Amino acid sequence: MIRTPLRPLARVLKARQTGENPDAIERENIRLRHEEMRDKARLRAQGRLLVLSVFFLGAFMTVGARMGHLAASEPMEPQARASGSQILAQRADIVDRNGRILATNLETHALYAQPPIMIDKEKAARELAVIFPDLDEKELLEDFTGKRKFLWIKKKLSPEQKQAVHDIGDPGLLFGTREMRLYPNGHLAAHILGGASFGREGVHSAEVIGVAGVESRFDEFLRDPVNEGAPLQLSIDMTVQAAAERVLYGGMKLLNAKGAASVLMDVHTGEIISMVSLPDFDPNIRPRPPTEGEPGDSPLFNRAVQGLYELGSTFKIFTSAQALELGLVNAETMIDTKGPMVVGRHRIRDFRNYGPELSVTNVIVKSSNIGTAHMALDIGAKRQKEFLDSLGFFKPTEVELTEAPGAQPLFPKQWKDISTMTISYGHGISSSPLHLAAGYASLLNGGTKVTPTLLKRVTPQNGPRIVSEETSRISANMLRQVVTKGTASFGEVPGYHVGGKTGTADKPLTNGRGYYDDKVISTFASVFPAHDPKYVLIVTLDEPTETSGPKPRRTAGWTAVPVASEMTRRMAPLLGLRPEIAPAAPAKVTLTSN
Amino acid sequence: MRGFLYVISALAVVALAFWAYQQNYATQQALREVRGLQNDIATQRSRLAVLRAEWAYLNRPDRLRDLAEINFDRLGLLPLMPEQFGLVDQVAYPPEPLLPITDPVETRAGPDTDDEEVQLP
Repeated sequence: MIRTPLRPLARVLKARQTGENPDAIERENIRLRHEEMRDKARLRAQGRLLVLSVFFLGAFMTVGARMGHLAASEPMEPQARASGSQILAQRADIVDRNGRILATNLETHALYAQPPIMIDKEKAARELAVIFPDLDEKELLEDFTGKRKFLWIKKKLSPEQKQAVHDIGDPGLLFGTREMRLYPNGHLAAHILGGASFGREGVHSAEVIGVAGVESRFDEFLRDPVNEGAPLQLSIDMTVQAAAERVLYGGMKLLNAKGAASVLMDVHTGEIISMVSLPDFDPNIRPRPPTEGEPGDSPLFNRAVQGLYELGSTFKIFTSAQALELGLVNAETMIDTKGPMVVGRHRIRDFRNYGPELSVTNVIVKSSNIGTAHMALDIGAKRQKEFLDSLGFFKPTEVELTEAPGAQPLFPKQWKDISTMTISYGHGISSSPLHLAAGYASLLNGGTKVTPTLLKRVTPQNGPRIVSEETSRISANMLRQVVTKGTASFGEVPGYHVGGKTGTADKPLTNGRGYYDDKVISTFASVFPAHDPKYVLIVTLDEPTETSGPKPRRTAGWTAVPVASEMTRRMAPLLGLRPEIAPAAPAKVTLTSN
Repeated sequence: MRGFLYVISALAVVALAFWAYQQNYATQQALREVRGLQNDIATQRSRLAVLRAEWAYLNRPDRLRDLAEINFDRLGLLPLMPEQFGLVDQVAYPPEPLLPITDPVETRAGPDTDDEEVQLP
């Protein structure tokens, strides 16, 4: 680069000759040089700014394009990952406590038609009507020839039906894949499982949603892909459930009952091992809810959970247990049973006259209403109410079924003395058999509260204490005596030491004024083995009649008890209980004064 | 010297390009295989699900009960009953094996046998 000199000699000499200041030339030259340098620097800076802006523009464009691509593209499974984390099925299986399948999925197809691309509509309609007898040929043809561009024909096809439709060979008849819910055991545990149906439907897939029972209660869990297809394990034992349904069904038919329910519950863990409600239904083809008649008579109605009944004398043990717990009586205290007991305009009677007084144990064994009412009066309304509340008789059960929260027990709003007395023997309060099972379990497991559950668990619940262990033991002993020498003598199962309490309650008239004479709800609440309670079994029969005698018999001792006894005999071995001889009470040293 | 370096680096670029392409194709091949395998796995899984459902269906308690009743003559199956539980001390001990005879005693045969008479000394 050629630098122009700041003081060019020629110009300096010339300036000297003309008498000008030669320094002006130098300053002028410096100024020019600085201007030149400034221009160059600006140009360079502008160039850098341009490059930088192009770079930022490029960067933002890249980020923007990537975001747009992510937002607009279809999500794809990562292909290079190891398998195993794929979504296997839309909905997880349901299994019993031993892992046997209660509900699973099956791939099937739905059939739809696109009339515009159909070739021979008459033939298609005719042959479809042959394959599916429930379809009407005329209606199909009307649909095909009408304005419709798309219609569903069948939601679920068997492989044979699919092949038959294929053989029609019409390009307008198309199949969409479907996953359907299958209950391989049919009627078994129908009320617990509930059922499922299709939700939103598309051509290629359809949502399967639970409509009742655990299917509905655990709908989100079953559909959650996070579980990776882990099944929902229930506390139900399939074998025990099958045996219970079989025996209860037989008992219901023999005793001409309209319906029946049973609950078998583990007293320590609160697990429901079996829960039956008859009549039942097949969840694979769940019937529609009835539009007429009593909803309580529908097969969809779960009598064990939704059915609210006056459960009768089975409540007496709660009264006696509370009286024991409060120290008002002991097992041998004599209670006044002179009848009839007149309170205001009400009269309380016993089934038979049991004499002037009975011990507390015998009040339970003979099932004396008057004796129980006397104990309840000693306890008082407030304490009785608190006790029943602590056993959960005023709230719906917390069992994991959609139907459970709807079963709000019925009890008097104003708890008068007469309510105290009638409720002490189970009249005037309506609750479900499951409530009763939970109450008995809480009372007899050593006295801690259990909440019934349908999910498998291993550890005892160890809830808050309700009665002392001593009271619990004495109550179990009283129940045992009801079976050995009281109203439930048919309940004995050799080797299993069944204890229990019968309850027979007249059904209320449908208009709510009074009771039927010839319709009862008979209940047997039992526990086995009584010396070390493990299971509680509640059996309830709706309108049973035992007709082997000269007069029809309806008391629980003749109806519910034999059924429960046969159920115990069948179920206890399946539960792994070995028949045993009751241990004798250990010899005690009695303290006397010396 | 410089020319040699140019040649070397050009060869290196060619070699690396060759390697990179090879890896690319190997990866694509592996992905194709994985896709195929995953399809197979999915098919097998759905088959397994169907088989499980069928197994559960064939083992449903109603059917087993009916089968037990139909085949009662041959199998004699009954529901489990409390009487079928036994105690260990109800089980008989197996008969003890006979002790080996270590010192056989010779006896004289009785008169009612047909044995030859033995002359005793």
